[in-house]
Amino acid sequence: MYVAVKGGEQAIDNAHKLLAKQRRGDTSVAELGVEQIRQQLPLAVARVMTEGSLYDAELAALAIKQSAGDLVEAIFLLRAYRTTLTRFSASLPIDTSAMQLNRRLSATFKDVPGGQLLGPTFDYTHRLLDFTLLAEGEFPGPESQADAAVQDCPRVLGLLAKEGLIKEEQDTGASVADITREPLEYPASRAERLQALARGDEGFLLALGYSTQRGYGRNHPFAGEIRVGEVEVWIEPEELGFPISIGAIEVTECEMVNQFVGSATELPQFTRGYGLAFGHAERKAMGMALVDRSLRAGEYSEEIVSPAQQEEFVLAHCDNVEAAGFVSHLKLPHYVDFQAELELIRKLRTPSREQAQ
Amino acid sequence: MNAATQPRPQPQPQAPRDEAYNFAYLDEQTKRMIRRGLLKAVAIPGYQVPFGGREMPLPYGWGTGGMQLTAAILGAEDVLKVIDQGADDTTNAVSIRRFFARTAGVATTERTPEATIIQTRHRIPETPLHADQIMVYQVPIPEPLRFIEPSETETRTMHALNDYGVMHVKLYEDIATFGHIATAYAYPVTVDERYVMDPSPIPKFDNPKLDMSPALMLFGAGREKRLYAVPPFTRVTSLDFEDHPFEVQKWEHNCAICGSHDSFLDELILDDQGTQSFVCSDTDYCAQRVSQGRAAQ
Repeated sequence: MYVAVKGGEQAIDNAHKLLAKQRRGDTSVAELGVEQIRQQLPLAVARVMTEGSLYDAELAALAIKQSAGDLVEAIFLLRAYRTTLTRFSASLPIDTSAMQLNRRLSATFKDVPGGQLLGPTFDYTHRLLDFTLLAEGEFPGPESQADAAVQDCPRVLGLLAKEGLIKEEQDTGASVADITREPLEYPASRAERLQALARGDEGFLLALGYSTQRGYGRNHPFAGEIRVGEVEVWIEPEELGFPISIGAIEVTECEMVNQFVGSATELPQFTRGYGLAFGHAERKAMGMALVDRSLRAGEYSEEIVSPAQQEEFVLAHCDNVEAAGFVSHLKLPHYVDFQAELELIRKLRTPSREQAQ
Repeated sequence: MNAATQPRPQPQPQAPRDEAYNFAYLDEQTKRMIRRGLLKAVAIPGYQVPFGGREMPLPYGWGTGGMQLTAAILGAEDVLKVIDQGADDTTNAVSIRRFFARTAGVATTERTPEATIIQTRHRIPETPLHADQIMVYQVPIPEPLRFIEPSETETRTMHALNDYGVMHVKLYEDIATFGHIATAYAYPVTVDERYVMDPSPIPKFDNPKLDMSPALMLFGAGREKRLYAVPPFTRVTSLDFEDHPFEVQKWEHNCAICGSHDSFLDELILDDQGTQSFVCSDTDYCAQRVSQGRAAQ
């Protein structure tokens, strides 16, 4: 009779073994290597690194393998590992205008200094299943010119700023908080907001960004510039006194240009929303940029009426590790609370003395 | 000092700790940060202290707040008990107890009087606590006003101004609608005549055990990154009205195993006809009563 409320160590151990079996699948099929995941599922690796807040493609690929392809679970694995790491240094701000570009586009100008670079993209592919991939074989690959070079590509929004048409971003020089070390308190600074959005769930930010396009906090955006490529990371150790490069990371940056009507004291200007993600992750960067801009409603004295404009709503719910954890905890036993509710509902359903008379 | 009067030997660690991790998993700086937060929480009973909650290797919502507090206060000599729904053998309690047995190598126990730290979800043990014990509660939503006012900025202001009118209005509306206060668990309390506090989702049956308890009560909410405390011998009163005084649940049944008629009972459904049976939710209390009953015979 009492078995119903017992879990037991044996059950947990057996569940873990079953999980390992499910992950491995049919053992007559070769096991998936971490390096294969890293090389052949780079977009999944990018998402796990971005929302896991750790740039390590090998560990992200390992997490994807261990989680059997459940990316939210992989993000959780990487985050839990990241917490235990020692912080040696904060890097200097990365300079994305010096990026080694793989892809760059601007939807605001037909041509921009440095040109547009389509690069690897699903855009303009016909979404037809490619049955040749069912068979493994050589792939044709692109033709490349050994002497091809990319010109200087200044940031598109910088060109607008020269004319004073876009609101300049101010560096307050204040030290930047780390939301993984200090609790987020509201109202948050923009730096904290951007950190939370960078870790935020791609699907959630995509949906919220989409909601602003459909009129919930309407603020019509243009994709001012999206660029994907490698940037160097520099640190300046105190004992050295000069900066050194510690390597390069691939990032996707999105700057949205949004309308702004101006005010009694300011001429009309464009404003911007900013998105940045590790690896090639355009959907994430665009969603983030849309939501960043909509969360600046207060800054531009816009009416705050829609979910995407409400800082507490967005920041408290954008983290998929937190959300998945709290939703999944409903699977834990709630016998006691439910018993209390049962007792209460029975009591409430019993007619009171006045009603019975 | 119930533990001292027991003839049983002190629980010993079952296995050496896993040296790959720091003692109790968290690094020492993090534990210090949490302990500073706890000192503040003890100094301001019932006040929610924001803390830099870490990602734990267990999911949010599964006790990460409680685990971080336990990790911060755990010493090598401590004896840890972990319960979920009052039981030591529910899967998540087993999982958390194993986590600390592995990362801290501490002794664990299922017996309430032997434990120095008791981490719990949803219950306070039936066996009275003593002064050498610390209760650590796992908290999902630390803000008692959250379901009345969703904004954190607003609720912090309401706490600061001691403005709890909305809570009383909510309770009054319950009485007007149902004739009773329709809250069965996570029933709000006032701590030390100042802060309104969510006692975590314990049934209101357990609320009186918080009042003037000799044990230190610590509450940790990992996802929400808040911790709070009730120091020993602090007044904890459940919100009520003079003409509708606070009262706890009572059962018409006795425990089917130990026969207890004053412990919190879980309802079991035994067959398709819906035949009910009731057993103690606190498995250690139930087992103690059974063994005492045998000894008396």
